[in-house]
Amino acid sequence: MTELGNEHGLERAAELMMRKLDGELTAEEHAEFENRLAEQPELRAEWQRLSRAREVTMGMKLRNPPEEVWDGYWTSVYSRLERGIGWLLVSVGAIIVGGWAVWQWITALVQDTEMPAAVRYSMIALFVGLVILLVNVARHRLSVSKTDPYKDIER
Amino acid sequence: MARAVGRYEDASESELMRLAATGDSAAFGELVRRNMHRGYRAALGLVGSHDDAMDLSQDAFARALNHAARMDPDRPFYPWFYQILRRLCFNFLRDRANRKRLLDEAGGWIGTDPIVGGSPEHPDVRLSREDARRIVVRAVARLPEVQREVLVLREFEGLKYAEIADLLEIPAGTVMSRLYAARRGLAEALEEHD
Repeated sequence: MTELGNEHGLERAAELMMRKLDGELTAEEHAEFENRLAEQPELRAEWQRLSRAREVTMGMKLRNPPEEVWDGYWTSVYSRLERGIGWLLVSVGAIIVGGWAVWQWITALVQDTEMPAAVRYSMIALFVGLVILLVNVARHRLSVSKTDPYKDIER
Repeated sequence: MARAVGRYEDASESELMRLAATGDSAAFGELVRRNMHRGYRAALGLVGSHDDAMDLSQDAFARALNHAARMDPDRPFYPWFYQILRRLCFNFLRDRANRKRLLDEAGGWIGTDPIVGGSPEHPDVRLSREDARRIVVRAVARLPEVQREVLVLREFEGLKYAEIADLLEIPAGTVMSRLYAARRGLAEALEEHD
């Protein structure tokens, strides 16, 4: 139970108050609302608070930017698209070239008979380990940033 | 060149969507021209900063153009576009640094009408218009995203409940309950200041 009745009663009262504030009440609903107001002092108090908030916001509006900003709007949208395609191609190219370079390096290292085998395989293990650690830390940070319950607490 | 938008000025929206879906960027440019003010204002209402709203709305149009092939020309463009825009804005707000910056900077995106606010019909409204504006701006910035969204669409964009429900793809009852919660938040903020 709440101060305006049970959950259903509160829901209905809230709906009527919203519709009244926004001029969307039918004649029947209007009569129902007036009856409720007459019978429930808590509802009257709530109605006054909400009416006041509505009164204050009624005189407010979103500020428009200067007209000039619209002249270059579409050009800017189109540039973003071009940049997006550019970044995509750069990323794909970097992954392929980088992957190929790493593969070449590992192959050359494996085939290098002058270097002791233990050093060669240690270098490969070092590299693979670093990659695993990097991926793991990045994935952890990403998942924590999404679910951290304390993220809004300022230190 | 994809930027020659003017030739589609008289085309219908569905015609533009059909052309844009086949890769005609000039047709999409005309869709942008027709919806950019609305898209910007929606983003401004959600994030409360001119620069971020401009950035996010342009990003949303660029993404929409990327996925233009998925548009349904038999349905209106804006509700489809709005889903992309609101996802971008919500992701932006979920970023802790952005949220904190916006709360610190909350201020200039809402203006006051020269004639209303603290009107003589309500003598209990003791706040000056500027004080009230500041309180409302900060209170709106602290609202949960979905409440803020409904409040902005109703209060500042003047949409009816049915229009908001269509746009957000939620029942009208949910629109009213979110609006109620948002207005309670504003009312509490105003009371705290008294």
